[in-house]
Amino acid sequence: MSAITAACAIAILIPLGDIIYQAALLGGPTLSFSVLTAGLPQPCSVPVNGVPCAVGGIGPALQGTGILVGLAALVSVPIGLAAAIFAVEYRGRFLGTAISFTADVLTGVPSVIAGVFIYAYFVIYDPALVFSVITGTLALSVIMIPIVTRTCEEALRTVPHAVREAALALGIPKWRTTLQIVVVSALPAILTGILLSVMRAAGEAAPLLFTAFGSRLGFEGFNNPIEALPLLIYNFAESASNNWIHLAWAAALILIILILITNILSRLTIARMVRRMRGE
Amino acid sequence: MANGKMRVEHLSAYYGNRRAIEDISLEFPKNEVSAIIGPSGCGKSTLVRCLNRLHETLPRTRVEGRILLDGEDILELDPIGVRRRVGMVFQRPNPFVTMSIYDNVSVSLRFNGRHSREEIDRAVIRSLQQAALWDEVKDRVDAPAMSLSGGQQQRLCIARALAAEPEVLLMDEPCSALDPVATAKIESLVAELKSEYTLVIVTHNMQQAGRVADNTAFLYLGKLVEVGPTEELFERPKERLTEQYITGRFG
Amino acid sequence: MDPTTPSSPIRAPRHRGRGWTDLVFFGLVAFAGLFVIFLIFAIAAILITQSHLAFSTYGFGFLVGTRWNISPTEQVYGAVPFIADTLITSAIALVIGFPLALGSALFLTTQAPRWLRGPLGTVIELLAAIPSVVYGFWGLIFLGPYMRTTVEPALHRYLGWTGGFNGNETGTDVLTAGVILAIMVIPTISAISRETLAAVPVAQKEAALSLGATDWEVTRTAMLPYARSGVFGATILGLGRALGETMAVTMTIGNHDALPTSFFSQGQTISSLIANELTNSAGPLQYSAIIYAGLILLAISIAVNVVARLLLWRVLRVSRGSVE
Repeated sequence: MSAITAACAIAILIPLGDIIYQAALLGGPTLSFSVLTAGLPQPCSVPVNGVPCAVGGIGPALQGTGILVGLAALVSVPIGLAAAIFAVEYRGRFLGTAISFTADVLTGVPSVIAGVFIYAYFVIYDPALVFSVITGTLALSVIMIPIVTRTCEEALRTVPHAVREAALALGIPKWRTTLQIVVVSALPAILTGILLSVMRAAGEAAPLLFTAFGSRLGFEGFNNPIEALPLLIYNFAESASNNWIHLAWAAALILIILILITNILSRLTIARMVRRMRGE
Repeated sequence: MANGKMRVEHLSAYYGNRRAIEDISLEFPKNEVSAIIGPSGCGKSTLVRCLNRLHETLPRTRVEGRILLDGEDILELDPIGVRRRVGMVFQRPNPFVTMSIYDNVSVSLRFNGRHSREEIDRAVIRSLQQAALWDEVKDRVDAPAMSLSGGQQQRLCIARALAAEPEVLLMDEPCSALDPVATAKIESLVAELKSEYTLVIVTHNMQQAGRVADNTAFLYLGKLVEVGPTEELFERPKERLTEQYITGRFG
Repeated sequence: MDPTTPSSPIRAPRHRGRGWTDLVFFGLVAFAGLFVIFLIFAIAAILITQSHLAFSTYGFGFLVGTRWNISPTEQVYGAVPFIADTLITSAIALVIGFPLALGSALFLTTQAPRWLRGPLGTVIELLAAIPSVVYGFWGLIFLGPYMRTTVEPALHRYLGWTGGFNGNETGTDVLTAGVILAIMVIPTISAISRETLAAVPVAQKEAALSLGATDWEVTRTAMLPYARSGVFGATILGLGRALGETMAVTMTIGNHDALPTSFFSQGQTISSLIANELTNSAGPLQYSAIIYAGLILLAISIAVNVVARLLLWRVLRVSRGSVE
C-alpha cells in the first residue's frame, strides 16, 4: 500500500515541479529590474534589419495588478470584515446564518461569472466604463468579498465568548469591544484570510477579460482599461513572437514567486504573531 | 510455571523518555484468568498493550525485554500475526461505526483468506453465542452496530475479537464504561471463556479481580509489586504496599 | 449549545450619549451583511435579465439544443455542446484526479514518516495556489505537445477500439483540458480528504489493528468507511472548482463550438465560451445566449457547491487556507 500511495503523491508533485521549473527556466533569464519596469514591446521573433528584438518589460502589468488588487482589497476587506462581524457578533438572528450561507454560495461562483456580472451591468448602465480600472476592481471585489467574509467569520467565531462579556461588563461599548478586542484577538486568522483573498485576486484573469481588459500602457486613469499580470500571460501565451513568450513566462514566474512568498510569509509571520500574543 | 501461555521477561516500556513499565517479569497461565490491578497510571494498560504489540503503534514508543507466547518472543515475530493470536477488548466499546453487527463480527474473517458465506455465517453465530449476545441480536444481525446499548456493544467487541480465533484475549478495563448489569454479564462471560482462551484482564476494580480472576498481579508506578493466586493476594498479601492498596489506604 | 453562549445576542449597556455610536456601528455592519446577501441576488438578477432574450427565443429547449451557429443568416444557439464539454472535462478531471488525490491523502495520513507529513502536505496545497492562467500557459506550451506526441498516440493504439480515442491528435483538445483540470482539483480533494482521514478516532483504528489488520486493512475497514462522506464531499467540492475553471481550459481545449466526438475533439466549455465570445458577439441574441449559458453554469456550480458543503460542514474550516 505504501508504494501505491507514495506513487500517487509523486505523480502529483511532477506537474507542480515541472511548472515551477519551466517558469524558472524560461522566465528567469528574462527577469531583470528593467523588465519589471519597462513597457510592453512590439511583438518580434527575429531581428529586423539588424535591430534585435526589444526585450521590453512587464511594467504595465505589474503596475496594473498592484492597482487592481490594492483597490479591490480596499473595497472588499471592510465590507467582508463588517459582514463577518454582523454574522458573528449579532448572531442568533436568522440574518447571521443567511450571511454565512450566502458567502459560502458566493465562493462557489466561478470567477468568470463575476466578470460577466460586472460587464453586463455596466454595458447597460454605464457603457463608457465597461473596460476600466473601476470595473476591474469591482470584478475582483466580487471574488474577494466572500473569501474575506468567510475567513473573518471563522476567525471571529474562535474568540471565546467570555472575552466579549468581560469587556462589556467593564462598560466598553459594543463597537469598541468588537473592533479593539475581538477583532484584534482574531487578527492572525483575519490577516491570513485577507492575504488568501489577495493572492486569489492577483492570479485571476477570467473576470478581467471583460472588465480591466488589458492595455499596452500603464495606468491611464480609473476610467480606462489597464493591464494585469494574468491578462498579459493570457494575451501573450499564444503569440508566435519570442519576446512576448519570454515576457509571459517572466510574468508567470513573478506571479508564482509572489504567491509562494505570500503563502510562506503569511504562515510564518502569523505563527509568530500567535506566539507573541500567547506571550511565548 | 511451565504452563505459562504468555510470559513477559524483564519488560520495560517507554513513551518517549518516560518509562511507564520497569523490568516486569510475569506469567499468564493457560486457560486461566489473570488480572492486573493497581492505581491509575501504574502502567496496567501499557503492559497489556505490549502483549499484542499495540504499544509500539504510537509514536516515539519503545520496548525492552522479552514477551513470550508459547515460548516464542513475539517481538521478533510479525506483529500482524501476533495480533491475530492475541486479541483485545478495549475500555470503551469501539465497534466499527459504519458497519452492521454481522459485519463487525466478521471483519477478521475477511482479512485473511477466502471464507465462504456459510463459513462466515457459522463463525458469526458462534462468536455471538460465545459473547452471550446471540439471543439478543439474532433477528437483527444486519442492524447497525451503533444501535446496540453500551453493554451490548462491548459484548459485540468481544464477539468480534473471538471471531478471529485468538489464543489469548486481553481485556483493558472492559467494564469501566458500563453499568452494573452489563458488567455482571461480562464477568460471567469471562468465567465461561477461560475454558477455551487464556484471559488477561486489566481492572481498577479490586472486587472485580476478586470475582473473576484466578491470578492477580499488583502494579504500582510501573513496577510489579506482587503476583499470585487471587485469593492469596487478597487475603494474605506478602507486600505491605499490596496490603495498603487492597485495604484502600490509597487508590 | 455550550453554556457560555447566551441564547440572545449580547446587548451593550446603554450609556447616555454613548448609545448612538453602537447604533451607527450596528447600522454599518448590518449594511455590509445585507450587501453580501444582496450580491448573490444581484448576480442572479443580472444574468437572468440579460439572458431573457435567448430564453424567450428558445425557452428550456436551449438546454437540449445542439447547434451553435453565429452566422447571421442562420443563427441558432443551443447549449448542449458546452454543457457536454463542461461535464466531460470535469469528469475526466475527477476520474484522473480522485484516485491520485485520495492516494496521496492516504500516503500523508498513514504511510509517510511524521516529519514529512506537514511539509509535503503544504507543498501539495501549493498546487492550489498557482493561478489558472499559469496552468493554461504550461498546458499550452508543455502538456499539449506532450499529449500530442506521447500520450495520445498510445491511447489511440491501445484504446482506439473503444471509439473514444480517434481523430487528429493535436494535444489541444478535451482530453488535455481534462488532464489540466485534474491537476487543479487534486489539491482541493487531497487536502480535505486528509483532514477527514486524520479525524478518524484512534479507537476505530486500534480496533482494526487489534484484530491483526495490515495497513491497508486498517485503512479499508476503519478509516475509509468512517471518512466516506468527507472524502465524497471533498470530491464534489473539487468538481465545483473544475466546472467553473476558465483560463486553463480555454487555453487547452481548442475552442470549437460543437459537440465532441472523441476525447481528441476540440471543444468549448461554458466558461471558455464566455471567455471567448462574450465581448465580441455577433449580435444581441448571441450575447443573450452566452449569458444564458453562464446562468446555467452558475446554477450548476452553486448546486454542486452547496451539496459539497452540506457533506462537509463538520470537517471544513474555511480558515485552513488555500483549499478554497
